[in-house]
Amino acid sequence: MTSASFDVEKIRKDFPVFSRELPDGRPLVYLDSGNSSQKPTQVIETMREHLALHYSNVGRAMHVLGAESTDAYEGARDKIAGFVKAPSRDEVVFTKNASEALNLVAYSFGNPANTDPRFTLGPGDEIVISEMEHHSNIVPWQLLVQRTGATLKWFGVTDDGRLDYTPDLITERTKIVSIAHQSNVLGTVNPVAEVARRAHEVGALVMLDASQSVPHHPVDVTELGADFVAFTGHKMVGPSGIGVLWGKAELLEAMPPFLGGGEMIEAVWMDHSTYAPVPHKFEAGTPPIVEAIGLGAAVDYLTEIGMDAIEEHERTLTAYALEALSAVPTLRVIGPETLEGRGGTVSFTLEGIHPHDVGQILDDQFGVAVRVGHHCARPLHLRFGIPATTRASFYLYNTTSEIDALVRGLHHVQKVFA
Amino acid sequence: MIGESMYQELILEHYKHPQGRGLREPYDAEVHHVNPTCGDEITLRVKVGDAGKVLDVSYEGQGCSISQAAASVLHELATGSTVEETLAVIDEFTRLMQGRGQVEPDEEILGDAVAFAGVAKFPARVKCALLSWMAYKDAVVRSAA
Repeated sequence: MTSASFDVEKIRKDFPVFSRELPDGRPLVYLDSGNSSQKPTQVIETMREHLALHYSNVGRAMHVLGAESTDAYEGARDKIAGFVKAPSRDEVVFTKNASEALNLVAYSFGNPANTDPRFTLGPGDEIVISEMEHHSNIVPWQLLVQRTGATLKWFGVTDDGRLDYTPDLITERTKIVSIAHQSNVLGTVNPVAEVARRAHEVGALVMLDASQSVPHHPVDVTELGADFVAFTGHKMVGPSGIGVLWGKAELLEAMPPFLGGGEMIEAVWMDHSTYAPVPHKFEAGTPPIVEAIGLGAAVDYLTEIGMDAIEEHERTLTAYALEALSAVPTLRVIGPETLEGRGGTVSFTLEGIHPHDVGQILDDQFGVAVRVGHHCARPLHLRFGIPATTRASFYLYNTTSEIDALVRGLHHVQKVFA
Repeated sequence: MIGESMYQELILEHYKHPQGRGLREPYDAEVHHVNPTCGDEITLRVKVGDAGKVLDVSYEGQGCSISQAAASVLHELATGSTVEETLAVIDEFTRLMQGRGQVEPDEEILGDAVAFAGVAKFPARVKCALLSWMAYKDAVVRSAA
């Protein structure tokens, strides 16, 4: 049961998009928050107000607006540090998205500029990922392997969509294990603390792609046991263009800069430079200022509603959806069919009907927005022998009647293709 | 409800009962085209005979109803025509697909392919309709090489 204080109708009023209609008077049924979430007035207004009245560059402008902008930008860092319980605000690095955060960490390995033994990487060394990863947690490691001659290994996925966790895959040769906290297709929440314990036993570092978990569950980066955690603003009612890398301070300090440019330096000579302390060492150039401030407003919004309450609401929706979808003929859920260890993302196939056709009819006749395709997780779809799935993903503003609309739509899709 | 007009009966028929599907011998050229944004793919072969006559277009692929039906319609239209004739149809089909729903299709030239007119209103789906037709164009060029 969702707690009495959680009022979804009240929450929906915070999101202007839900007051609009689609062409032909269709209501909007937005079940694509795993792709990107909608934005509340609180975030939109914070960004608008900053742009209108307080905007200037951060960190380097010696005037009132510069000070206000810097305060707001650094204030957002404090809020985000608090939101994921980071031991220090300096461990929060702003990036443009989770992909950049993952690439930043991958770039630190096997890099001649980095002599710290934890980051050395060459032939014989191993990187461990999983078959359920988003491309952004696969391709950066493939690129790293190409640069260094290291070996890429991965955990498989079981038939019911769980991580096929075999501790022995992580060996003395493993330098980093990087997996999703929650799968963007299956909804599966992985046993990351257990994986992290094993990785640390052999001296490997651990990175988590938390893009699908931080928006939906209370997250404490220390409890997760990871060394690095990546997530992105636009999936957590914040704007696009802003992401976060959390990393343990001593590791961030040991890592080389990723991008060079303004504000990431301490001093520059013509032939060499010294760098700013973390986190600014990783924030070259003018950052996405207003986006970071918007993300600060987003975590304020989520905190006020309460991440426990949001998690519980999504749990109710997921239970309802799994039950309702099981009544649709030939529908096959790709991922766990029980609530245990899963979040509010449900992907499925309908026999003989391609997901693009499903998505088109759902959108065009019912206003139901879902995502169709491989969701940037092609290897996972290959593992299940399917080219694509239809994915419904839920958030704090969704209702059970929207799931009813989805199910009605699916019945109609089946009629068209009967 | 513009989508209703996209899923024409003819398209659904070709999707459920594809014509000429399966890769066959002999052939002059084989191509493999993919649409990376949606993962649709097609492998297509052509066999051209005397006087530029298309003897066979065979294909295998996976994708949505639009992409699969388009391949089936292509097979029907191309087989038995000359390369020159089919290229004229492709030009007209491409013009229709890229017309954002504003182009009046020439039914005389297009034949059954006119059923795809509704797809042109959905920019995201135009590539689905064009996938096999572009693969065919590519294969014909290679077969002449």
